[in-house]
Amino acid sequence: MTAVNASRYRHSSGLLCSGSALSLLMVCQITVIHAAPRGPKPDANASSEAFLQVYKVFTSPRCQNCHPPGDSPLQGDDSHVHLQNVRRGKDGHGVYSMRCNTCHQTTNLPGDHMPPGNPKWLLPTPEHKMVFVGRSPAELCRQLKDPKQTGGRSLQQLLEHVSSDDLVGWAWDPGDGRTPPPLSRAETVAQMKIWVEGSAACPQ
Amino acid sequence: MTSFFLNGQPVTVDDDPSTPLLWVIRDSLALTGTKFGCGMALCGACTVHLEGAAIRSCVAPLSRVSGKHVTTIEGLSPDLSHPLQRAWIEIDVPQCGYCQSGQIMSAAVLLKENPKPTDKDIDEAMSGNICRCGTYSRIRRAIHRASQLATERRPS
Repeated sequence: MTAVNASRYRHSSGLLCSGSALSLLMVCQITVIHAAPRGPKPDANASSEAFLQVYKVFTSPRCQNCHPPGDSPLQGDDSHVHLQNVRRGKDGHGVYSMRCNTCHQTTNLPGDHMPPGNPKWLLPTPEHKMVFVGRSPAELCRQLKDPKQTGGRSLQQLLEHVSSDDLVGWAWDPGDGRTPPPLSRAETVAQMKIWVEGSAACPQ
Repeated sequence: MTSFFLNGQPVTVDDDPSTPLLWVIRDSLALTGTKFGCGMALCGACTVHLEGAAIRSCVAPLSRVSGKHVTTIEGLSPDLSHPLQRAWIEIDVPQCGYCQSGQIMSAAVLLKENPKPTDKDIDEAMSGNICRCGTYSRIRRAIHRASQLATERRPS
């Protein structure tokens, strides 16, 4: 980059980080494999306890901000309604001149309050909103087990979604000014496997 | 070097691929109708079209538009004949005018996808474009007027 370009572009360096993000993803996936539980099948209590750990992640801002109850995404660590009256739209990508990628790029832009980015940036579709906000642990657990609410995804497919989906992985690489979930991705996947393999028991 | 189409014309620039498109358009290609407002995709003043969709050029890297078609306010029509431009002039929408090219570019996407927008449609499409002069009521009126003009034959 020339000196002139550097001076007129306050956020250029973050656009060069896709390689490092990929490396991070690979590390996470390797860790996931080693974190898989072995031995006897977890019992229902262990399954339920594991879901409570997963619940803490799913209801963290990085996850629940894109799983809102209405048709507006949330933003920030305080999960406030997205500024600019952003709407879900028919395909989860926004409406008219307010599509997600109107502002969101394929990578995070550095600096507080700058738009985060991912090639797949979107909300769940209106048909399967997959609301996390306001759900109790029992409610969210039952919801995840209901294919009518998950778009037909099985628990194994949800586990795959959490372990390898690129947009989900963004939660652990959220850019400046955004707090990651309380568990690492590998820990989250490990707990989710315990939950699923223990017959996906729900907390009371 | 990055090549793309700007208002229908092929252009090639040697700016760094991470340079925001806004600065390429304004500084390297000397089209200054697109404005810098916030530099954070918060205000909409820098709105241009990429393959017909609205983007905020202040945060879009040059690499994003490589090989693609970009339209700025200068390229919306060759002679101010776009219904939105005619309506904007007829209703005298701008006050200071700084945000207006971004407003018009966002409105153009709305009308292309929805030729008869309701007030709610306008709210949803235009809420990302801020006007510190508060010309919102005239913007709304002008979009409705442009919708009418688009269905009328132009006087010869």
